[in-house]
Amino acid sequence: MATKINKLLLILLMSMASIVCFAINPNDQIIEEETGQAQTLFNPGEMIMHHISDSHEWHFFNTETFHATIPLPIIVYSAERGGLSVFLSSKFDHGDTYKGYGILHEHIFAVNAEGVEDKTIAVYDFSITKNVTSLIFSAALLIFVFTSVAKGYVKNKGKAPTGVQSFFEPIVSYVRDEIAIKMIGPKYERFMPFLLTVFFFIWFNNLLGLLPGGANLTGNIAVTLMLAIIVFIMTLINSNGYYWKHILWTPGVPLPLRIIIMPIEVIGMITKPFSLMIRLFANITAGHIIILSFIGLIFLFKNIYIAPLSVGFGLFMTFLELFVALIQAFVFTLLAAMYFGSAVEEHAHDDHDHGH
Amino acid sequence: MALLSIITPELGLFFWQTVIFLVTLFLLSKFAWGPIMSALREREDSITDALSAADKARADIEKLQATNEALLVEARAERDRILAEAQKAATTMLEDARAKATTEGNRLIEAARISIQTEKNAALNEVKNYTATLALDIAEKILRKELSNSDEQRNLVNEYIKEVNLN
Repeated sequence: MATKINKLLLILLMSMASIVCFAINPNDQIIEEETGQAQTLFNPGEMIMHHISDSHEWHFFNTETFHATIPLPIIVYSAERGGLSVFLSSKFDHGDTYKGYGILHEHIFAVNAEGVEDKTIAVYDFSITKNVTSLIFSAALLIFVFTSVAKGYVKNKGKAPTGVQSFFEPIVSYVRDEIAIKMIGPKYERFMPFLLTVFFFIWFNNLLGLLPGGANLTGNIAVTLMLAIIVFIMTLINSNGYYWKHILWTPGVPLPLRIIIMPIEVIGMITKPFSLMIRLFANITAGHIIILSFIGLIFLFKNIYIAPLSVGFGLFMTFLELFVALIQAFVFTLLAAMYFGSAVEEHAHDDHDHGH
Repeated sequence: MALLSIITPELGLFFWQTVIFLVTLFLLSKFAWGPIMSALREREDSITDALSAADKARADIEKLQATNEALLVEARAERDRILAEAQKAATTMLEDARAKATTEGNRLIEAARISIQTEKNAALNEVKNYTATLALDIAEKILRKELSNSDEQRNLVNEYIKEVNLN
């Protein structure tokens, strides 16, 4: 009971901290009133967009005099600006331009001599943004955690698992038994590394995204696009003749229908990974938007009495998001396994439904 | 504009995601999933083996018990058979011994009887001879006494008869 209360207090504290983190935005408009005093006007839409979007610096909070911001490396390539340039994002502070580059709303562009955007120059932005930093951190965390788990298997060879090993073993077993073996069948083994990696990658990053100040990595479309493309490529690489026959000339269907089904099936090959991309992106982004909206209410109403309601709903949503973090990792892995399963399935029975 | 920006994949993040995800996938496959999956499989195999070995041992024990039971039944039957045989043998032997003893006893009794008869006959003969001698002696003495005194002769006869009786 006591530990339960402690955990609850911890969550509450974290929610409070997230209020601080999410609350104030460097892009808030500053308007000069007639009295000459500067007053910030809170714009919830902009605040939410700022928090779910990628950023070239890791911003935590601001006070009147202090900006708690970690500058991140900017890596830009432009043939007209002498190739690759690497510098810290702090060079752009206070709206400065640097080495012929400028930044506005996280978009890096080339500037001409007058300091105005030059749209004729192509700029390729490979910066280590907030999301990339989070990505590197999560990759390091994944590698650290799972090599530790693997070491446990060497240490406790043939014995019962201990520590972190016993936490992850049932999950690994679940992915293997309930996802890979059920969806793919006897050829599941070659897909296990990808399925496990993608499952834990999505889960870990979903959770990291829920931390106050965390990056919204799995709610970024570039990340989910890349994961979906890998699923698509792996499906194609592992597809057998039966898979293609089923798509191009569906067996057991009258001839006129086959002609109609063929384009539908071909489009279906694309829409399956496309749905993976959208589902993960939308679910995670939506969760963040809802939590941020509840917190934004406090600052929108400028009323302390709305805070308990906001914190209550925010708390509820955070718990829901903890659950969604796992569910989305599970769903992505399950559907990927289903697509792999349909690609490697052997011709066994014509009337079998392929799960679409 | 803002909405469009969040559904537009950024080149930089896409590039880093590809690089880092593939590197992570490679490293985890090599250093984590490989050892974990093989260890899991090994352990499951060993558990399956242990279970089947236990089943086999149980079956063996059951078989052994059945064999023991059969052996016991057989041993019991053997014991009963041996006991019965021994009893029979003992009875036969007793019977034989009894018959032999009876025969021997009869033979001995017969031999004794014959010997007694022979002894008796010899003794009777001796008595006969002695009696004859005695009678002759007595007759001789009576005859001698009669010549002297008839009363005394009578007394003498009586005395001799008494003597004979004592013998």
